[in-house]
Amino acid sequence: MTEPSFTFDGRPVPFVAGQSVGAALMAAGIRSWRTTRVEGRLRGLFCGIGMCFDCLLVLDGRPNERACLVPADTGMRVESQEGTGHGHLAV
Amino acid sequence: MDTSRSDRVHDVVVIGGGPAGLAAAGRAAALGADVAVVDAAVMPGGQYWRQPAGDVLAGSVTHLHHGLSTYRALTGQLAGIAAGGGYYPRHSVWTVGRDESGFVVRALTGTGAGEYEVEIRGRRLVLAPGAYDRQVPFPGWDLPGVMTAGGVQALLKGHAVTAGQRVVVAGTGPFLLPVAAGLAESGATVVGVLEAASPLAWARHAGAVLRNVGKLGEGAGYARALARHRVPVRTRTAVLEASGDGVLERVTTVRLDRHGRALPGTRTTVEADTLAVGWGFTPQLELPLALGCATRVDVDGSLVCVVDDEQRSSVADVFIAGEACGVGGADLAVTEGEIAGTVAAGAAVTDRRLLRRRAALRRFAVAMHAAHPVPSAWMERLTDATVLCRCEEVTVGRAREALLLGADDARSAKLLTRPGMGWCQGRVCGYATSCLMSAWSGRPASPASMAARPVAAPLRLGTLAAADDRAPG
Amino acid sequence: MPERGTDVVVVGAGIIGAACALYAARAGLSVTVLDRGSVGAGTTSRCEGNILVSDKGAGPELDLALASRSLWLELAAEYGADRFELEEKGGLVVATGEAGMASLRRFAVGQGAAGVTAEPVTPDGLRAHEPNLASGLPGGVYYPQDLQVQPVLAAASLLAAARDLGARVVTGTEVTGAARGADGRLTAVHTRDATYPAGAVVNAAGTWGGDVGERLGGSVPVLPRRGFILVTEPLPRVIRHKVYSADYVENVASDDAGLETSAVIEGTRGGTVLIGASRERVGFDETLSVEVLRRLAAQAIRLFPFLADVRLMRSYRGFRPYCPDHLPVVGHDRRVQGLLHACGHEGAGIGLAPATGRLIADLLTGAHPLVDPGPFDPMRFAMEDV
Repeated sequence: MTEPSFTFDGRPVPFVAGQSVGAALMAAGIRSWRTTRVEGRLRGLFCGIGMCFDCLLVLDGRPNERACLVPADTGMRVESQEGTGHGHLAV
Repeated sequence: MDTSRSDRVHDVVVIGGGPAGLAAAGRAAALGADVAVVDAAVMPGGQYWRQPAGDVLAGSVTHLHHGLSTYRALTGQLAGIAAGGGYYPRHSVWTVGRDESGFVVRALTGTGAGEYEVEIRGRRLVLAPGAYDRQVPFPGWDLPGVMTAGGVQALLKGHAVTAGQRVVVAGTGPFLLPVAAGLAESGATVVGVLEAASPLAWARHAGAVLRNVGKLGEGAGYARALARHRVPVRTRTAVLEASGDGVLERVTTVRLDRHGRALPGTRTTVEADTLAVGWGFTPQLELPLALGCATRVDVDGSLVCVVDDEQRSSVADVFIAGEACGVGGADLAVTEGEIAGTVAAGAAVTDRRLLRRRAALRRFAVAMHAAHPVPSAWMERLTDATVLCRCEEVTVGRAREALLLGADDARSAKLLTRPGMGWCQGRVCGYATSCLMSAWSGRPASPASMAARPVAAPLRLGTLAAADDRAPG
Repeated sequence: MPERGTDVVVVGAGIIGAACALYAARAGLSVTVLDRGSVGAGTTSRCEGNILVSDKGAGPELDLALASRSLWLELAAEYGADRFELEEKGGLVVATGEAGMASLRRFAVGQGAAGVTAEPVTPDGLRAHEPNLASGLPGGVYYPQDLQVQPVLAAASLLAAARDLGARVVTGTEVTGAARGADGRLTAVHTRDATYPAGAVVNAAGTWGGDVGERLGGSVPVLPRRGFILVTEPLPRVIRHKVYSADYVENVASDDAGLETSAVIEGTRGGTVLIGASRERVGFDETLSVEVLRRLAAQAIRLFPFLADVRLMRSYRGFRPYCPDHLPVVGHDRRVQGLLHACGHEGAGIGLAPATGRLIADLLTGAHPLVDPGPFDPMRFAMEDV
């Protein structure tokens, strides 16, 4: 049986059933996946339990999902997030 | 998707599936009440008994847990509630209100565009929202690799992932020990445990400690584990700065005097990829505050709810149990939950042992808070460039400008310079902002001024609008 | 303990009190500002910071608004627009039906005669103004004169400017009453902790102006009109102007005590989008109304469909200071010598603040008033009673 995985910015990241997206990224050695909207600073997991909203990323095209809360699933398309994650709406 | 409504009105709706909530639900159900349990997590247990969602992982983290027999008994009772259709896991409550039937709990479930709202009704409420790690800022604390101690523990207990290879655990409080021990047992190198408090801090509270020898035994177990892995535990030591190029690489530490101030010439820098920090806990008060429950400032500086001997809040038919009425750990939370569940189910607390246990555990909690204060000298270790609000990227220097504009409390600082205005709504920086404004203005700390969050969990406007009759489609 | 006396004591450190303090100080008067809370902590902190001419028909309020708008621009030129985060963003009023479009056009023509710049916008023109607007809307009117400030920052900056001219601001102190001389004239204001001798007292307590007026010996009929605002997650600039549906104007002017809502949407410098507006007369009930939030969200999505997938991050409610005839109360209270009122601005306090402050300063010094104060006379209600 092949290990289940999702993609992060196009490359496969394995996970064990029951892990969150954030946990799987950390296990794969990926420490940050977001840049802040003002200073462009890197962020990843901080509180790990859904309180701090630091670990936001783009999940199947939807921005601002909390990596620490979303259970990893096979075939998910996970992407790092820039700023608000809504850049395409800017006028 | 539309809001899911049901005409069912439960006797008791318990919000929170941690030790307090599970205990309350179990007691109320055992007394014959129709109970619902609403919990944001996938698995029951809260932060203390955090469990992985998959069977594969569950077995691998058993050794990290304490009190599993209590957990198994409580989840056994929860299974009964679930069989009756009363268990709502992965439901985040965004608001609680009232209607003619009593209370209406509005929770969110599903992800993305599939998010929808579920309304759960009850005649009485037990709020057991728990707590999260309290943080104070320091230079570099927003670097990836710096995490809350609870977050590191959650990764380990809930996902069987060690947060890093070389870890420093720092802050204050007995919770640092299990975090460090768990990491060491799981193969990480724990570079050190830095406890800001004095090693003698507990000596002054011998009475409270002796009455809670079980807790001491737990602590001794962690100490043995740390000794086995040769983890140095340094008291009166704190983090001065975290640094690295886009990710944590180094932690600079400093020894503290008995007032918690940095001692000159004691700086040390160690290499680390992870720093786990915690300064006690902050109770989650969004829901009690939304209902108008009275609050007070506890001995640890946290805003907590006022409850009577039977865990009644100041609002009729609203009971509160666990950390929200004073941070005190899982055993106290279970005890308070048992009392709240009993009374909420319409029965009287006849078992005096419950009340005695609660009194003893509360004394222990007060002793713990006294032994592990947050030394206010953390403010001296800030620079103007230190980030105060991580969400809005407000620096300490910027927040201080609010003072020049006439701000005199945390709320006016927030309104003028934006700390607490971002995604987390001040959950992380509220305590620090309140302390800083108090120190700068000379007015008392104002934790209440940043605690109200009428929207307790963010929700899609589309989800909110879906239930409006006038909405299209 | 008596404090140092000043020519004027202003009760209220919101936007109106701040403007009164600044213009009084600029007129050479010594000023003390008292507030039971913090700077701008009342209704000032619970609004969007609008300076609107678009929502006002010809009449005394529009005259005051136009004068006030000019003063805001003067203040921005003098102190720096950044001190207030003043933005000349313009307002876009959108009709939601053909009938609404016709009445909106008629309204705009009347405004034009009174000095408001109102530019009709075609259906295609709407999307040129606001690319994220829903398609299929029948058109609207663009009002380039509408402005916005960050209201708490604006109040704090006005007070800071007043302090630079010697004014004193004391927060966290609640006014409990007043002292009067043998001739009945107000001589001092009592707070819980102290007494502030005053040549004149200005009641700028906003929604609480009725209560404060009573404590000072001259009541005014100011009542709370509750409104909720939704605040979204941070976004890039997605909405350029203040955008609202044409029914807003009718709701503002309505005397209905029941719930009225209309879509009012705009971006902020901080990145959030603010969504209003609701009006209901329910006293000082602070409970979150989910029904109101749902309606506001649904109306906003109808104008800007992208908002459906944007998250609500916070919500706040405020209590607008409402007077029965929707006009503010500005001027001398002729029942109590030395007492003036400057409150009851309903939802327009930020916009009307500088003109109100100037008018109060003019009345205090006997200067020629900026605008005719007659329509705002606090005694107009007392007369009706007779």
